[in-house]
Amino acid sequence: MADQDLDVSYVAKLARLNLTGDEGRLFQEQLDEVLAYAKKLEEVDVTDIEAAAHAVPIFNVFREDEPRAWFNAEEALSNAPRQANGLFIVPKVVE
Amino acid sequence: MTPADLPALTIAELQTLLRQRQVSPAEVVNCLHARIADADPTLGAYLSVDLEAALRQAASVDVELPLGGVPIAIKDIINIAGQPCTCASGILGSYRSPYDATVIRKLRAAGAIPFGKTNMDEFAMGSSTENSGVKIARNPWDLARVPGGSSGGSAAAVAAGEAYGALGTDTGGSIRQPAGFCGVVGLKPSYGRVSRFGLVAFASSLDQAGPLTRTVRDAALIMNAIAGGDPQDSTCLDSPPPDYTAKLGRDLRGLKLGVPREYMSDGIDPQVKVAVDAAIAQLHSLGAQIVEVSLPHTEYAVAVYYIVATAEASANLARFDGIRYGHRAENSNSLLDHYGRTRAEGFGAEVKRRIILGTYVLSSGYHDAYYLRAQKVRELIRRDFTRAFEEVDALISPVSPSVAFRIGERSADPLQMYLADIFTIAANLAGICGISIPCGFAALDDVRLPIGLQLLGRPLDEARLLQIAHAYEQSTTWHQQRPPARKSHEACAA
Repeated sequence: MADQDLDVSYVAKLARLNLTGDEGRLFQEQLDEVLAYAKKLEEVDVTDIEAAAHAVPIFNVFREDEPRAWFNAEEALSNAPRQANGLFIVPKVVE
Repeated sequence: MTPADLPALTIAELQTLLRQRQVSPAEVVNCLHARIADADPTLGAYLSVDLEAALRQAASVDVELPLGGVPIAIKDIINIAGQPCTCASGILGSYRSPYDATVIRKLRAAGAIPFGKTNMDEFAMGSSTENSGVKIARNPWDLARVPGGSSGGSAAAVAAGEAYGALGTDTGGSIRQPAGFCGVVGLKPSYGRVSRFGLVAFASSLDQAGPLTRTVRDAALIMNAIAGGDPQDSTCLDSPPPDYTAKLGRDLRGLKLGVPREYMSDGIDPQVKVAVDAAIAQLHSLGAQIVEVSLPHTEYAVAVYYIVATAEASANLARFDGIRYGHRAENSNSLLDHYGRTRAEGFGAEVKRRIILGTYVLSSGYHDAYYLRAQKVRELIRRDFTRAFEEVDALISPVSPSVAFRIGERSADPLQMYLADIFTIAANLAGICGISIPCGFAALDDVRLPIGLQLLGRPLDEARLLQIAHAYEQSTTWHQQRPPARKSHEACAA
């Protein structure tokens, strides 16, 4: 049973993930199977059920807004694939 | 006791020697390093080992601290300052952590020495460690089989005497299942009991870090170090944790244990069923009352999990964009091309599959049908447990329907791999705690493979689980059995 709704190549674009043709075909087949399995959730009556959150309900968690030591610029840049002048080099975003 | 025997000790035994000054922390680290150098090329449990950093810490550590001088292996999804944190993924490239995760900071404060980053399924997505983007890890009981996953390296290292104890993470069973496959103890704390700050996030509402050890007492010792609130993780609970060793040694009289009818149905390997039934009888003989209970929404847990977990993963993994750290594709011709190729080159197949599924179930038009519905069914699963725990103190089940499977046996069929997580997944959805302990062996061909018993407890009731697990463990000899030695330990020069 195929789920006609999932279009792997379209969703891959949303996910910013290039797939090869073979990957796309394989994932389509495998995920159709997973979604067909997930259809069993339609059997469950969820009327008036609130979506689950934390198992131990906690709300409005705050901490003092105090300055503290954290990364300096050098540390923040220490893993950058490309950097210059203390800045991340990003791909060109405007033509 | 010769130095070569050191890696076989439990944490509690090692501490005695350290405090009596019979061995120094540096000797302990050097011996363990020799053991790893000797055995790990075969096993593949470690992705990196920083001997110098460990020896630096060993030089000044106070052995009187709760875990003073004890090396602990760390799953490579937890940040240690100055060390790689690859998540077994190509996308993290040559990343080195600029900071310690809270669990690492707490381990250090207790005197433990984080030592070695362990192999895993890429981004903790998997049940066999076959999804590691770096290398295969093997089960020390049978090298042709998987150690389980996703914390497979941590479990294999502890079982094989390449670690005294380890941290893993558990999103749907990733501590308990490999512990079961490798014959060690694995505890998944209740959601919110242990800080997630510095864990690379997979599914934020499900992830928890916890210990893998050779004994229940050792797991309690590590819990004492890592549990408790953290201002840097708003989901982490402030309530002060108890002393997790306090109930060890108490008997089980007056306790009521439930066997979920839905967990003992068909599909369980006959040898696993026999071992778990025997363990239930043993717990009964130790004074616990055993009753049958029902968790009626069990059959929906796997479907709920693979919607909720992939949805959260697709959002969490959006941060891997090749800009601030990690792998970056060369010569992209546009921003979208940069993202698409960076992520295509960096992620492995299972991670890509889950990003696609998670993106889909959150996408416009499908969110309510999949994600919202799954979260509601999740609430019904949570209520099943709440109701069961009104009647019983803990639940008993197998950890997995089978013992460790052969490398390659299941990797072609993701759905079948997902379905094998049936007994462990619901605990993460409900946020409760669970522990896996050895309860016997299955004889297959010419090998013996460990069988795991799972106990599930109320939220924040880890001390109770440890009490029950300890009582069972001490009445058996399963935890004293070690996998066949692969090589001599003579490389140890301490």
